[in-house]
Amino acid sequence: MAQNLTAEQTPLVADLSEPATDSRLADVRVGVVTFPGTLDDRDAARAVEIAGGTAVPLWYADKELNGVDAVILPGGFSYGDYLRAGAIARFAPLMDRIVDAANAREGMPVLGICNGFQVLTEAHLLPGSMIKNEQLKFICRDQALRVENTDTAWTGRFEQGQTIVVPLKNQDGQYVADQRTLDELEAEHRVVFRYADGNPNGSRNDIAGITNAQGNVVGLMPHPEHAVEPGFGADLSGSGRVQMRQGTDGLDVFVSALEHLLR
Amino acid sequence: MARIVVDVMPKPEILDPQGKAIANELPRIGLSGFTEVRQGRRFELTVEGEADEQVLAQAREAAEKLLSNPVIEDVVNVSVAPEED
Repeated sequence: MAQNLTAEQTPLVADLSEPATDSRLADVRVGVVTFPGTLDDRDAARAVEIAGGTAVPLWYADKELNGVDAVILPGGFSYGDYLRAGAIARFAPLMDRIVDAANAREGMPVLGICNGFQVLTEAHLLPGSMIKNEQLKFICRDQALRVENTDTAWTGRFEQGQTIVVPLKNQDGQYVADQRTLDELEAEHRVVFRYADGNPNGSRNDIAGITNAQGNVVGLMPHPEHAVEPGFGADLSGSGRVQMRQGTDGLDVFVSALEHLLR
Repeated sequence: MARIVVDVMPKPEILDPQGKAIANELPRIGLSGFTEVRQGRRFELTVEGEADEQVLAQAREAAEKLLSNPVIEDVVNVSVAPEED
């Protein structure tokens, strides 16, 4: 009887009970931070689990990182967006720990998705900022991206120049930075994802995602965590046509980080 | 009580999509003389007592650290508001 099942016994769409290809991946603990207003934390945690890792929920007011090996700042919104997206979230107690861990010599992998990317720019872990989309509209669509840098902690499994498709959904998604910063990003190959098939929001240099100099911190506006599970992913894939919502191009972002941490 | 006004504007080189949308709307309500609109923010910080140099310095720090993002915005004014009657 369905009502007698515990949460653990309830059948899931993706069968997480299947052993991951590499059982050591489960030893990798990835913290997923929830701010007041975060929407995609459970999707991000689920992406980590489907990739084979262990997701650890973190609360923005926590004082410690709970021994996690990597951190994801998920998308949605965050409290204080009324000032600027991510502007107040970046002063959360946990952000100091994340900034320290990201800047440490061993450079903890940190991924910021959408609002999480905005928090990373406000926290000065990544340069530039996001302003309202050029056309002032909320954009929600499957978006093709070109992977431009496979040397980061989050993109090792991709091929250089590979096209992937993941959902894009935001209103403040236009990446801006001054020309000097853009030149520096380009010269140092720190553009990680670039919009392919047209620029959806006016972002400078078609930039969808960037990394820091060390390659451990990556931020992007589109949502790889929404394209990890057949039946719930994008309608498209970079590798050709897929059945409706079967696009899982985002999964390798999470597998990349787990494998990076095992090396 | 004194009030300090902080004005923040998008940097000149940053497109201001909001200002652009407002500029497009103005002719529709019959006001066609404006060639450009840029939208910024005004903050009012109230303190007990006088707005002395120390208070102003704190307001400037607040403006730089929290009220504006120097990547996309300029703090164009930090000043003591004239007293109201």
